[in-house]
Amino acid sequence: MTRLFQSNDQTLRRMCYLTIKEMANISEDVIIVTSSLTKDMTGKEDVYRGPAIRALCRITDTTMLQAIERYMKQAIVDKVPSVSSSALVSSLHMVKMSYDVVKRWVNEAQEAASSDNIMVQYHALGLLYHLRKNDRLAVTKMLNKFTKSGLKSPFAYCMLIRIASKLLDETEGGHDSPLFDFIESCLRNKNEMVVYEAASAIVHMPNCTARELAPAVSVLQLFCSSPKAALRYAAVRTLNKVAMKHPSAVTACNLDLENLITDSNRSIATLAITTLLKTGSESSVDRLMKQISSFVSEISDEFKVVVVQAISALCQKYPRKHSVMMNFLSNMLRDDGGFEYKRAIVDCIISIIEENPESKETGLAHLCEFIEDCEHTVLATKILHLLGKEGPRTPQPSKYIRFIFNRVVLESEAVRAAAVSALAKFGAQNDDLLPSVLVLMQRCMMDSDDEVRDRATFYMNVLQQKQKALNAAYIFNGLSVSIPGLEKSLHQYTLEPSEKPFDMKSVPLATTPITEPKTEIAPVATSKLPEKLARSRQDIYQEQLAAIPEFQSLGPLFKSSEPVQLTEAETEYVVRCVKHTFARHMVFQFDCTNTLNDQLLQKVVVQMEPSEAYEVIHYIPAPSLPYSQPGSCYSLVRLPDDDPTAVSCTFSCTMKYLVRDCDPNTGEPDDDGYDDEYVLEDLEVTVADHIQKILKPNFGAAWDEVGDEFEKEETFALASVRTLDEAVGNIISFLGMQPCERSDKVPENKNSHVLFLAGVFRGGHDVLVRARLALADGVTMQVTVRSSEETVVDVILASVG
Amino acid sequence: MDSPMLEPSLYTVKAVLILDNDGDRLYAKYYDDTYPTVKEQKAFEKNIFNKTHRTDSEIALLEGLTVVYKSNIDLFFYVIGSSHENELMLMAVLNCLFDSLSQMLRKNVERRALLENMEGLFLAVDEIVDGGVILESDPQQVVHRVALRGDDVPLTEQTVTQVLQSAKEQIKWSLLR
Repeated sequence: MTRLFQSNDQTLRRMCYLTIKEMANISEDVIIVTSSLTKDMTGKEDVYRGPAIRALCRITDTTMLQAIERYMKQAIVDKVPSVSSSALVSSLHMVKMSYDVVKRWVNEAQEAASSDNIMVQYHALGLLYHLRKNDRLAVTKMLNKFTKSGLKSPFAYCMLIRIASKLLDETEGGHDSPLFDFIESCLRNKNEMVVYEAASAIVHMPNCTARELAPAVSVLQLFCSSPKAALRYAAVRTLNKVAMKHPSAVTACNLDLENLITDSNRSIATLAITTLLKTGSESSVDRLMKQISSFVSEISDEFKVVVVQAISALCQKYPRKHSVMMNFLSNMLRDDGGFEYKRAIVDCIISIIEENPESKETGLAHLCEFIEDCEHTVLATKILHLLGKEGPRTPQPSKYIRFIFNRVVLESEAVRAAAVSALAKFGAQNDDLLPSVLVLMQRCMMDSDDEVRDRATFYMNVLQQKQKALNAAYIFNGLSVSIPGLEKSLHQYTLEPSEKPFDMKSVPLATTPITEPKTEIAPVATSKLPEKLARSRQDIYQEQLAAIPEFQSLGPLFKSSEPVQLTEAETEYVVRCVKHTFARHMVFQFDCTNTLNDQLLQKVVVQMEPSEAYEVIHYIPAPSLPYSQPGSCYSLVRLPDDDPTAVSCTFSCTMKYLVRDCDPNTGEPDDDGYDDEYVLEDLEVTVADHIQKILKPNFGAAWDEVGDEFEKEETFALASVRTLDEAVGNIISFLGMQPCERSDKVPENKNSHVLFLAGVFRGGHDVLVRARLALADGVTMQVTVRSSEETVVDVILASVG
Repeated sequence: MDSPMLEPSLYTVKAVLILDNDGDRLYAKYYDDTYPTVKEQKAFEKNIFNKTHRTDSEIALLEGLTVVYKSNIDLFFYVIGSSHENELMLMAVLNCLFDSLSQMLRKNVERRALLENMEGLFLAVDEIVDGGVILESDPQQVVHRVALRGDDVPLTEQTVTQVLQSAKEQIKWSLLR
């Protein structure tokens, strides 16, 4: 390699640099060329200097960096722009490696920022920002200086705008701040890049009002009619984002957007359509649908999904147009498309069916037609499940049976099994169809797949008993316990020999699994990791508590509540509490964080004083709480046995600990400490903590199943509540039960509503509540409670009253 | 909503690609780990090519990345950035690349000429984007720095015909300019 350096051919020399850069990652002997590179770097030939610097910095590590520091500093302030740029960019790459060394070159970078060359300005600004990222004050000062002095480089302006908007977001500065004015002034810059960046930044700011958006939107509108496709694309994309939050602001651009529908670039056309869909009015929906259908076959799958989701949002806005949209969606289903696309359409149709009862028949008909020829088993099973749920309630359920039975005959095993389950639901709900369903089931028992045979036999036997209660338990409302919990309990059961049969009630109930925050609708890069089964929060807590020896005798965990804050946000110690309910005890888990870096807390205990008959049995302290590392301490409380209706209680909590002062920098504590205490807010235990939510897909069947043996009814007047929505919300949050049959949504302009709630009380007792609400002069509520245990009914009624 | 407050950074370009008429790779440089293995890169290139070689629009959104592209005779130039980037910046890079190449290849931007002048291509891209940071956006500057003089063989070692040929070329180009 060093030999090649001796050649005088420019090109060859330059290629050498490139090779060195490429090999930097794989070869270890590149150190040899360092001296040659250094020579070139400081040599006379300007053409070599820039690339030499870049190549050298690619192979340098921290030790060598010190050696060439002097040269780098000189290069940054060099007059030749290519050298300066190269030095600045290389310093940026090296920030990752050795921040401290590069930090010392700040002054040189500052000097370079006042250079005339536009690229040098851009790079210097970037480097300065990276070096000072963590120091907000320095960044603010830098911004102020540059906004006043003005820069020539459009790239630098774009960077400044981004920094300014980030700063605005962090400091939550209002719109009178000078930073915002700066961004707005950039809207009038000569260079289109800067104008677009400014408009984009304003649009993305979280608290923008329509008035502030107006200049940005008008600028984007101008871009829509630009001859350059990239500009049109950028403008439409940004307008699309605006339309999501402020559709009224975009209506002014509707005319331009309609012109863009016929644009030759399909992406632009799609974005224009989806924006129009968000801002369009009811009358224009038909026209838009026609235009979309003509070009949907030409766009890529990702955009098709975007269009479908926009249509879905539109359907929710204009429920009367559902027939037009259903037709359109079913046409799209018939075309070719990938799995994601079809799934989006099916989801859209299902949501229309659920929101809009009038559309149910047509929707189900379209879906039946789709499964005749569907190659994706996941979709087919989903649709069959839906048919089983909704079909029996339609006026003519028999026509769906034909579709379902065809699936049993023709398709793959998973689909056949789902079809059998759907058939069973029909049989259970419609007595006149029961004989025909039984005949069909018998044929299914001869199937070649064992899952199908098992299901058919099972359902046959249940249906032949002709008992409503059994139907409800086994056919309609499926397994409501958490699967990992069931697995553990079964495993436990098989290990210990036992006379008693396995008790389902001992298995913790299923809670909703932890869902990831919903990702943005725009197409994202497909994730390459396989999806892991989401473990519910409850299972995680169960494992944590089981690890503590004192809690092992308590039995399975019934319910864990959401964390409750017991301190204000900015206090010295931040404490949150999670309430875990067991069969006869409650465990309070206090997650404490020490935010003082000059204190070390030890033996932290939260002492609780109950107001009612609850009894505190045991405290488990957190052994040590160093700065900003959260730790947990636990308190075990026994629930009162004598008075089962005493479900609510208030605890006054005090945190007691041993505090040792310690050195903030090293964390070394002093030898002696002193006891101290810190008062926390009161903790409430309410009836909701004793009830676990459970979703019953078919509330009516469950209601019949529980039976009216222990049914009680009472009427209340809710004085402080003005609207039905508010009343419904209050009841759901107070009782902590799950609303069923979508009864948590109150239709508009109605004065009465029926709310169905389902839950399981501590101890495994099902409890169902039907609340009839009427809005007259205030809200009156008639509550009917059914359960398998009388005490539970009393508890619920007592707490509501 | 897209995450609005992306960290302001100089790293704007993810990749620069040049594909030929069949979608095969002529030149590709990836500046980050979005597609770590060659296999994934090739799959990505195939995907882009299928979506873009028919239409002639300049910009598209694929797999969550913004792709700006330009095609000429039998070559396709692509600049890839994340979807949060300023599309006009990526266009500036693309235009710079295209203009500097057309100057270096003397307006003959097609596959064979490019293959013969690969070293110029490598150097040019190196001058325009370094590790994902836009280094230069003016094509004149780039050409100047690459400073390829082609066959710079001293006059004494060339045959008479070669000298006449180069003289003819020079006159022709100075007339056309």
